[in-house]
Amino acid sequence: MSEKRSHSHLKELEDEGIYVMREVAAQFERPVLLFSGGKDSIVMFHLALKAFHPGKVPFPLMHIDTGHNFPETIEFRDKLVEKYGVELIVGSVQKSIDEGKVEEETGPDASRNALQTTTLLDTLKEYQVDAALGGGRRDEEKARAKERFFSHRDVFGQWDPKNQRPELWNLFNGRKNPGENFRVFPLSNWTEMDVWQYIAQEDIDIPELYFAHERKVFNRRGVWLADTDYVNRMEEEELETKTVRFRTIGDATCTGAVLSDASNMEEIIQEVASARQTERGNRHDDKRSETAMEDRKRQGYF
Amino acid sequence: MSESNGQSNNPNTDNKYLDMDLLRFTTAGSVDDGKSTLIGRLFYDSKSIFEDQMEAIEKSSKSSGEENVNLALLTDGLKAEREQKITIDVAYRYFATPKRKFIIADTPGHTQYTRNMVTGASTADLAIILVDASKGLLTQSRRHAFISSLLRIPHLVVAVNKMDLVGYDEKVFNEIVGEFRSFAKKLNVSDITYIPISALKGDNVVEKSDNTDWYNGSTLLHHLETVKVDASDNIVDFRFPVQYVIRPNQNFRGFSGRVASGHVRPGDEVTVLPSGLSSKVKRIVTRDEDLDIAYPGDSITLTIEDEIDTSRGDMIVRKNNVPAVSNEFEAYICWMNEKDMELNKQYVLQHTTRTVQVFMEDLLYRMNVDSLTREDATKLGLNEIGRVKLKTSQPIFYDPYQVNQKTGSFIIIDPATNVTIGAGMIRAGSTESKSSKDTSEAGIKDKKTRQKSPNVVWEPWNIPRELREKRNGHKAQLLWFTGISGAGKSTIAKELERKLWEEGKQTVLLDGDQVRHGLNGDLGFSPADRTENIRRVGEVARLFFEHGNIVLCTFVSPYTEDREAAKQLFPEGDFKEIHITCDPKTAQERDPKGLYKKAQEGEITGLTGYDADYEVSEDPALTIDTDSISVDEAVEEILKLIQE
Repeated sequence: MSEKRSHSHLKELEDEGIYVMREVAAQFERPVLLFSGGKDSIVMFHLALKAFHPGKVPFPLMHIDTGHNFPETIEFRDKLVEKYGVELIVGSVQKSIDEGKVEEETGPDASRNALQTTTLLDTLKEYQVDAALGGGRRDEEKARAKERFFSHRDVFGQWDPKNQRPELWNLFNGRKNPGENFRVFPLSNWTEMDVWQYIAQEDIDIPELYFAHERKVFNRRGVWLADTDYVNRMEEEELETKTVRFRTIGDATCTGAVLSDASNMEEIIQEVASARQTERGNRHDDKRSETAMEDRKRQGYF
Repeated sequence: MSESNGQSNNPNTDNKYLDMDLLRFTTAGSVDDGKSTLIGRLFYDSKSIFEDQMEAIEKSSKSSGEENVNLALLTDGLKAEREQKITIDVAYRYFATPKRKFIIADTPGHTQYTRNMVTGASTADLAIILVDASKGLLTQSRRHAFISSLLRIPHLVVAVNKMDLVGYDEKVFNEIVGEFRSFAKKLNVSDITYIPISALKGDNVVEKSDNTDWYNGSTLLHHLETVKVDASDNIVDFRFPVQYVIRPNQNFRGFSGRVASGHVRPGDEVTVLPSGLSSKVKRIVTRDEDLDIAYPGDSITLTIEDEIDTSRGDMIVRKNNVPAVSNEFEAYICWMNEKDMELNKQYVLQHTTRTVQVFMEDLLYRMNVDSLTREDATKLGLNEIGRVKLKTSQPIFYDPYQVNQKTGSFIIIDPATNVTIGAGMIRAGSTESKSSKDTSEAGIKDKKTRQKSPNVVWEPWNIPRELREKRNGHKAQLLWFTGISGAGKSTIAKELERKLWEEGKQTVLLDGDQVRHGLNGDLGFSPADRTENIRRVGEVARLFFEHGNIVLCTFVSPYTEDREAAKQLFPEGDFKEIHITCDPKTAQERDPKGLYKKAQEGEITGLTGYDADYEVSEDPALTIDTDSISVDEAVEEILKLIQE
């Protein structure tokens, strides 16, 4: 008997995640695994390896690249793809901008986060994807708390929270009409803490950004943003060198760092356990309005 | 499945397996009973609310002009929910204490969202039913308790909320507990805990309250942390629906899935359904290591010794423990769509990993979930629950829901819209007549499932009946006296037995009241329990019959089908049904047991011959109308019948 049984809630979440992945592989023709290089999508890939062992993961990874990623993330992504020999599809927000499909935001808070939706929907369409596995968790945000495992999207990629399919027992209904697709969230029932504990338990490789390191940052309304070419720093926003790490990794323009000395998994778990802020508390994109996430999701966001 | 049951069959159960630390629960109650406030309180007092969440709630409470911070805002996340201050859709919440991790299915209380209650309850180990102490037990609480019972949630907590509004009065609490207890007798829930709380003020939610010094039980959180959740898994009957086939190369063919129930080891003899071909389990493969045993919930990949054609939708089971394989069965269905359920229309049924076409052949009745009575109906509308006969295009492999939730549940999908429109729970095998009405227990208590005993081999009688008959000097007989209470069954049977005794015959008289005091003391008077009552009596009568007796059975036995089932236990012609009848008025005047009086005074319901039907057999061996003939004449007629 494997030692893992002592963490039985993680075991149950893992079994559930694997079950959902296999349902996707069985019920859909062209699924993809949305991969951002963040910890949730890394855990997802790890589950996929387990779900289809000793076979290969039967779907490609899809990265919607804002062009504003931390270089560490891209490096990590490419290494992983090479190591496991999986196919990678990249949808480029820059390309969407160049093609005139979306317009870059301006101003100090300019972000490409919202633009991703268009690129995502276009890329899903281009590859005729009928199910996109995402690392979204219900504990992240109040609108995500309402998501199903199998979340139906209409032909416009839109989510209608009032008209969701009831999800009973572990029976997932993936039937759809042509042109429609599903977002599937195997990590629905995981919390941030579960993800960290699981990464520690399984000894999963994650980008260095998650561990404490020195970095040039500046403070914008309480959020520590990294100094990159992509962020328009105002004159009054002073650069400082701080020991920081990231709790979530997204677009560099809207992902804040936290001041932290946690340089290994144990310390990270300690820190997460005593955190007084949610993981997304330092995501600028959620602070735009009270229902920012719901609004974005309705349009087809992750 | 009781825990001891599972244990005794599986001595090697790893203790760690039982050491579950994840509890899934659901909350239910009427609108404004305070569900969202309770969840907010659980989070707040267990320090699971983050600062930025709290800030957001405070801001939001202020902007909508509320005096205090509204903890309910923590859970009501959608725009429309905040506008209307109600919960529309099921939401899932997470929190953890050092002892356990919790997943809450936060379900709406509004009547029109019963389907969401069913959705939330389908994966729950425990349901919290909120009752407003200032209002007492309302319909909605009963409804939710019923749904919890129907879905077989093993643990119920009745949280009597708003105790602050009734001055923390012990009497108010006890009254609600008493009322709920007597109502719950009709349900199939064994573990109910009652806790007086105030979600608003925090009494007995996380911290023990000083306001209820008369209450000695746990706080709600302590109960949630300590209630045993491992007992609901069926770890006996191995069921493995094949989800996906993994075949990376010629040398490996694995069947992936999640163990629905039971356990499996390499070397176990298994059968693949529907082909029925058998083989042995070779390996239990996972990416980490091969396992030497797998339990319910484990996502694994099995390889088997022989090449058997197996694909998604098939089921691997233990060779000597197979589920029912049929394309016709009965189920409770909760309808979840605005469009009514239509009979004989083609729908899609999704069951384990198998998807087939299905027709609803018959709607036996609709359950009135407010009064818990059965109603005649021709259709099921949104949020209605009914018992339905279904027929599928291909067989499915199932167990009754009460024995196995994974293989006893299904969903109905509309092929036109692909939307999930119904949720079903498969009933135990036997069918029941549409006309049988019984309001006394609302039919909620299902017949105890007839567990098949696959390893029992029939042992012939030690001394055959023929030899016993020879020594007794007479044939064994089975006389089944049936009819409404007061018709005269017992009177005639007793007189007949005395006569036979005097003639030196071996006799046994089995009487309804006697067996219900002992053998069948666990059964009530619902149609299902009555069926089981007659089934057991039939089996006992058969034992006496095989031992050479003239067996006299006196049972109301109102359903033809049940009497037919008993008849099947005996050699053709040896089971003689004697229908004792009279004018119902005569029976009510006789009223030998005072039952009619009780029924007239409303003390009991579902009395056959009064407010429940008696089904007359088409062709009884004898019909005796006691309005027109005397006891002695009746006995003479029966003696003539058995001497033929």
